[in-house]
Amino acid sequence: MKKEPKDTRVVVGMSGGVDSSVAALLLKEQGYDVVGIFMKNWDDTDEFGVCTATEDFEDVVRVCNQLDIPYYSVNFEKQYWDKVFTYFLDEYKAGRTPNPDVMCNKEIKFKAFLDHALSLGADYLATGHYARVRERNGRYEMLRGVDENKDQTYFLNQLSQDVLSKVMFPLGEIDKKEVREIAKKHNLATATKKDSTGICFIGERNFKEFLSEYLPAQPGKMKTLAGEVKGDHDGLMYYTIGQRHGLGIGGSGDPWFVIGKNLEENVLYVGQGFHNDHLYSDALEATDSNWIIPIESNEPFTCTAKFRYRQQDSKVTVYPRENGEVRVEFAEPERAITPGQAVVFYDGEVCLGGATIDRVIKNEKYIQHLA
Amino acid sequence: MEPIYLDHAATTPVHPKVVKEMVPVLENTYGNPSSVHHYGRQARKIMDQSRYTVARSIGATEKEIVFTSGGTEADNMALIGVARKRENEGKHIITTSIEHHATLRTAEYLENEGFEVTYLPVDETGMVAVSDVQKHLREDTILVSMMYVNNEVGTVQPIKEIGELLQEHPAYFHTDAVQAFGTLPIDVKELGVDLLSASAHKIYGPKGIGFLYIREGVKLQSLQHGGEQERKRRAGTENTAAVKGLQKAVELVEQERTDRNQRYLAFKKRFLQILEEEQVEFSINGNKDHCVSSIVNISFPGTNVEILLTNFDLSGIAASSGSACTAGSVEPSHVLSEMFGSEDERTTNSIRFSFGNANDEQQIETSAKKVSEIIHRLT
Repeated sequence: MKKEPKDTRVVVGMSGGVDSSVAALLLKEQGYDVVGIFMKNWDDTDEFGVCTATEDFEDVVRVCNQLDIPYYSVNFEKQYWDKVFTYFLDEYKAGRTPNPDVMCNKEIKFKAFLDHALSLGADYLATGHYARVRERNGRYEMLRGVDENKDQTYFLNQLSQDVLSKVMFPLGEIDKKEVREIAKKHNLATATKKDSTGICFIGERNFKEFLSEYLPAQPGKMKTLAGEVKGDHDGLMYYTIGQRHGLGIGGSGDPWFVIGKNLEENVLYVGQGFHNDHLYSDALEATDSNWIIPIESNEPFTCTAKFRYRQQDSKVTVYPRENGEVRVEFAEPERAITPGQAVVFYDGEVCLGGATIDRVIKNEKYIQHLA
Repeated sequence: MEPIYLDHAATTPVHPKVVKEMVPVLENTYGNPSSVHHYGRQARKIMDQSRYTVARSIGATEKEIVFTSGGTEADNMALIGVARKRENEGKHIITTSIEHHATLRTAEYLENEGFEVTYLPVDETGMVAVSDVQKHLREDTILVSMMYVNNEVGTVQPIKEIGELLQEHPAYFHTDAVQAFGTLPIDVKELGVDLLSASAHKIYGPKGIGFLYIREGVKLQSLQHGGEQERKRRAGTENTAAVKGLQKAVELVEQERTDRNQRYLAFKKRFLQILEEEQVEFSINGNKDHCVSSIVNISFPGTNVEILLTNFDLSGIAASSGSACTAGSVEPSHVLSEMFGSEDERTTNSIRFSFGNANDEQQIETSAKKVSEIIHRLT
């Protein structure tokens, strides 16, 4: 039998931002036994010696006091370093473009943090993500948030049945504008706080500078696929497939884009034109696939997919294979498919799961400059 | 469940009799003690009476008491005041590595100002060795500052022995007696201290008031400038009601110290007894033979303070740990790190329970059972 809200303890992961503040508020209004917990994953002291997490925690404290709920903090710096940051660096070293948010959700927020919440006697863990959970015949589906623009299922594609059975996303049914309005109406301390942008541990800092603190930059040549040298690059890890800015190649004709990398020779491939043919592919292979509702066979099926966050869905055919590998064929050629990023599958509103892009295929051949 | 307060070493509830003494002062005695009229004299009288009571309670004279905003200010006043006054005689200060941050951070500040500070180690029970003080004393040592009772583990330091040792040395001897005041009888002459800090809110008095004992003849540079209050040693209009509250709190300690110690000790024993009965795995950090009645610091193997304190609080048990965990940063307790080494797991799995007037036996039993339940659930 389901417990009454007042007997149901919900731990809310609070970041000090407006989304998680409103998530806590909504649950409190619904009568749940709400506990706010701030998670610290990264030790970051700014130029004035102030830890940015301290400021955020102050906001959590203020909001929780407004809501009259207890608040605590928990430290996952070590787990974050081991599970997320190490992966992040390894992927860059391998010439790929990692997605630390997906990994953070999988390993930290919905694993270490969920375990922490459960050890506090929580029935559910709630976050301020824009996504929905729907129970159907004892199985849990994950649906896109109703605010299409904010939908975060892309980052949540690795969640399992077990996790979803213990998760609440109170913002899934509303849009961001409403969230701000609710926060303002209740005069929450975070009502007008700026949304955080970028990768959480890098924050507002210069990405290149940040990365160079951890990985030695190896400058090399920028070349066309035909081998013509077009200039120098600062280190392959600083560039992502399809990127235009920061190449510094002048001259006439269409602008230049990153179209690939050669890790062995430390060469950055560039080509002209947004629609440069070399940026296009017709299939991919991915690893570490997760199906939110486990698939029963390896029969191919059609659905839609996103290859990066905030992209329109594309029609694809999925061929599941053994060991969590999957082949995805595109209905139309896709531009700038990037190894290391997530491919996430949808059936309408329902997020089916996702995988990590490993190799990119064109005309039944791996695109070497993208592998 | 009604919450149970097991954090008396952090602060104590104000005794109802203290409140009763303070209210009329707030309501009626609003004069400025420095004023030369009826109202001023009424307020001044309160200051004088309180100063007398406080002085007498530690074997001092009224002239030797400076009221401060609390222990932290008293510690700052002692360390910085002495350092500034005596910097021409020497720049060496001795303290311990397990002091309260009020002393440690002030010592670090003085290091940045060009003073040299020796931080004495402690043994596994949190005890400083008298011989270590002797070993590190130098000709240019101007101050030795050592807490009387450690706030995290309750270990009572050999203040009297060190006081004796320092009789023959020109260095001043300061003790932070914030945790001792109220449980241990204190006589400054017997202890041989030149300066002593104490605070009202640890002894069922109000927050925002404490004092520094400054032995007659000891010169300090004052840190706060303005009017001539406290013999020019601490400028600022006095907090008369709090001063009155401090007086009452001290009087109550004098009357009840023995009873209180017996009661707190019984609480501690009962609490530990139940943990044992419930077969909880734990060990006690501190010194068995030299520990105040009210504090017990317990290590629970296989746990960590974050999860323990959160679980305790959600179950209505208020305790604390020396490990600061604000904003998600767990800093292992500096006291336990000094006792066991910073890698020892006891630095991050230990909880301080401190008993006091807010408790009764029923609460002790209820809380010990709850704690046992939580530990069993987590391990």
